Amino acid sequence: MSLTARDVMKRYATPAGPVDALAGVSIDVEDGECVALVGESGSGKTTLLRCFNRLVEPDSGAVSVDNADVRQVNEVELRRHIGYVMQEGGLMPHWTIRRNVALVPRLIGIPNADALVTEAMGLVGFTDASFSSRYPRQLSGGQRQRVAMARALAARPTVLLLDEPFGALDAITRTDLQEMFMAVRKQRPVTCVLVTHDLFEAQRLADRIAVMRAGAIEHIGEPREVIGSPATAYVARLVEKAGLHRLDRHA
Amino acid sequence: MKVALALALAGVALQDAPRARPIVVASKPFGESYILCEMFAQLLEARGFRVDRRAGLGQTEIAFAALRTSSIDVYPEYTGTGLVAILGDTTRRAPAQAFAHVATEFRRQFGAVWLPPLGFENTYAISVRRETATRFALRTLTDLARVAPSLHGGFTADFIGRNDGLPGLTRSYGLRFRDVRPLLAAVKYQALASGDVDVIDGYSTDGLIARYDLVVLADDRAFFPPYQAAALVSPSLARDYPRAIVALAELSGRIDDTMMRGLNRRLEVDAASVAIIARTALDSLGLISASRATTGVDTSRGRRASAWDSFMHAIVDDRDALARRTWRHLLLSAASLLAAAVVAIPFGVMLERRRRLAEPLVRATGLLQTIPGIALLAFMIPLLGIGIVPALVALFVYSLYPIVRNTYSGVRDADPVAVNAAHALGMTPGQVLRLVRLPLAAPTIMAGVRTAGVINVGTATLAAFIGAGGLGEPIVTGLALSDTGMILSGAVPAAVLALLVDIVLAACERAVRPKGL
Repeated sequence: MSLTARDVMKRYATPAGPVDALAGVSIDVEDGECVALVGESGSGKTTLLRCFNRLVEPDSGAVSVDNADVRQVNEVELRRHIGYVMQEGGLMPHWTIRRNVALVPRLIGIPNADALVTEAMGLVGFTDASFSSRYPRQLSGGQRQRVAMARALAARPTVLLLDEPFGALDAITRTDLQEMFMAVRKQRPVTCVLVTHDLFEAQRLADRIAVMRAGAIEHIGEPREVIGSPATAYVARLVEKAGLHRLDRHA
Repeated sequence: MKVALALALAGVALQDAPRARPIVVASKPFGESYILCEMFAQLLEARGFRVDRRAGLGQTEIAFAALRTSSIDVYPEYTGTGLVAILGDTTRRAPAQAFAHVATEFRRQFGAVWLPPLGFENTYAISVRRETATRFALRTLTDLARVAPSLHGGFTADFIGRNDGLPGLTRSYGLRFRDVRPLLAAVKYQALASGDVDVIDGYSTDGLIARYDLVVLADDRAFFPPYQAAALVSPSLARDYPRAIVALAELSGRIDDTMMRGLNRRLEVDAASVAIIARTALDSLGLISASRATTGVDTSRGRRASAWDSFMHAIVDDRDALARRTWRHLLLSAASLLAAAVVAIPFGVMLERRRRLAEPLVRATGLLQTIPGIALLAFMIPLLGIGIVPALVALFVYSLYPIVRNTYSGVRDADPVAVNAAHALGMTPGQVLRLVRLPLAAPTIMAGVRTAGVINVGTATLAAFIGAGGLGEPIVTGLALSDTGMILSGAVPAAVLALLVDIVLAACERAVRPKGL
C-alpha cells in the first residue's frame, strides 16, 4: 500500500508564538518501501508520521493511504489497519504479553486471532511459549519492544508506522532489534515509515531517507545518495556528525 | 352501666391513643435536659402513651429545628434561650413577661407551644474558684471585668457563640479575658477545679457548683435574661394530642430550684442513672404510682460505678444494645458509602472527559467536606427531619470528595504511554476508558473509597446528635452525663469498626489491582 502526503501544513500554538511543525511537506512512499524520516527534535518528523494514521490532523494539504484520502476513512478503522510502534513500547501493563499482541486482531474481531498472535510472536523471535503469560513489567526493554513490534504486526497490516522504535535501547540491543526488523521485512513486505534521529540506523534499515528540518524535507533519496552527495550543507553536517562520511569512503 | 362506662372509656381512648404513633420526647446534650426528658417520657408512659426517646440532640439549633418540623414532639427549653438564641430578641424583660413573649411569638411564628414553666430557673452561673474570688475580692461580674485580663476563660461553644453568652457579656460588662478556651460542658468543672481555666459558664442548677465549692458571680447589671425551664411542644403534638399536653402540664410549677439542683446533684455527684432519678422524682411529686417506683429491680444498679465498670457493663451486660448500635452504625456507613461510590465514580470518570470543568467541580465537592458535621446536620433538619435519613445524606455528602478526587486523578493519570498506544492502535474512546483507563485506575479509585469509608465510620458517630443512633449514642450521652465509661463504650467499638472497615477495604483494593501492575 502506498502513502502520500501533499503540501501538508500543521501549525501549533506555543507560549512563544505559533510554530510550523509542518510547513508544506510532500512525500510519496511506494508500496512495500521503507522510508526513514530523519532529523533533529522539532524537525516535524513525528508530526508527519502521525498524519498517516490521523493522530495528527493537518491544517491544510492532503494525506492518503493507498490513494484514498485518510479524511474519508473512519479514524478508528484506519488505525486498526495500520501498525504502530512507539519508542516507549506502550504495552498495556495490566495485560499478559499474549493479550497485548492480540489487541488489534481482537479489536477488529478476526476469528483466528490466536493463530495470528502466535505467528506475530514468531516473527519477532518469541518462540518460547512461556513468554505468553508474562506481564510487560517482567520483561527487559528490548523484549518489550519486540512485543510492541509483534503487536503492531499481529493483524497483518500492510502499513507500519514506527516512531523511534529502538531509540530507548542500549547499543547492543538496538542492533539486535534492527536485525529482527530486517528479518521481519523479508517475510512481510510491509510499507514502512520509520522515524529516527539516527542516520546510521536509517541507512541500515530504509530504502530511502528523508532528512527533515524545520517542518520541511531538506533532502530525500536513497541512503547512498543522501550520504554520498548531501543536497545541502545541513544534510552534509548531519552526515558528518553521524560519522557516515568516512564509512562511505571506506565502502 | 358497665357497658356504658367501658364505651365512654373507649371513647376517651379513641381521641388520642388509637392513632398511637409514639410521642417523640427529646433533650439537648446535657444532664439536666436528660433528666427532664426522661421525666416527660415516664410521665407520658404512665398516662398510657407510647414514647420514643431521642435524648441528646446536639444543641439548640438542632433540637429546635427538629421540634419546628415536628420531627420531635417535646423537649425541655429555657425562656431566655428561646428569647435570645431563637428569636434574637435582647430586650430586657421580667420572667413573667419573658415567658408571655416567647409563648406568643413561638405560637405565631412556628406554631410551637410553651407549656407553663416547670417552676425553676437555670441561668448562667459565671463561676470562679473560691481562692480566685478571695484573692481578687470578686462578688459580681463588674468585679470580674476589673481583673478579667489576667484570667483564663473556659466556656462551652454554645456560650461563646450566643448573643446571650460571651459576646453580649463582653458588650455589657466590658469583659476581656487573657484568653478564652472552648470547653465541652462535660469537662468545664474539672478544668476549673484543676486550674486550667479560671472562669467558666456554669448553670445555676448544676450540682457541681456546690461540690467544687465554687463562687457564682452576681449578674449585677441584669444582663442575662430569665431562663425559666418549660416543656416546648411541637405544632403537631399540640394539634393532635391534647391529652398528652394535659399530661405534660402536670409537671408545670412542680419543680423548684432546690429540687432541680438536687436531681442534678444525684446525676453529677452521686452518678445515679437518669431513669431512676426521673422515676423517684415523679414518685415524690405523686405523679406516678409509688409501687412502680419502688419495685424497680435495678435500683441497686442505679449508681454508676467507676469508668471501667460502666464500660464493662455497656460492653458485656448490654451487649445486645452494643450489637444493635454497631449494626446500625455499620448500616449507616455502608449504605451511604455505597451510594457515594455509585454517584462519585461515574462523576469522576465523566470529569476526565471535561477537564476544564474538572478542577472547579472537584474543588466544589471538596468544599462540601469542609462544612462542619453538626452544621450540615442542622441545615438538613428542615428538609429531612431527624433520624436516619438526614444522617445518611450527610454521610453520603462527606464520602463524595475522596472518591471523586481519586477517580478523577486515577483515570486522568492512568499510564499515559499505554493510553496513547491504545488510541494509536485503534481503540475507540469508550474502549480506552473501559479497557485501559479504568482497570489501571481501579486501585486508586478503591483507595478513595477506602479513605471515604474510614472517615465515614468516624463521622457516623455524629449521627447520634440527630437521633439516628449508632455508636455515637453512648458517646453523646456519656459526654452529657460525664460518664467516661459510657463514652468509651461507643468510642472503642467505633475505632475497632473503623479499623475493620479499613482492613476489609484494603483487601478490596488489592483484589481490584490488575495483576501486571
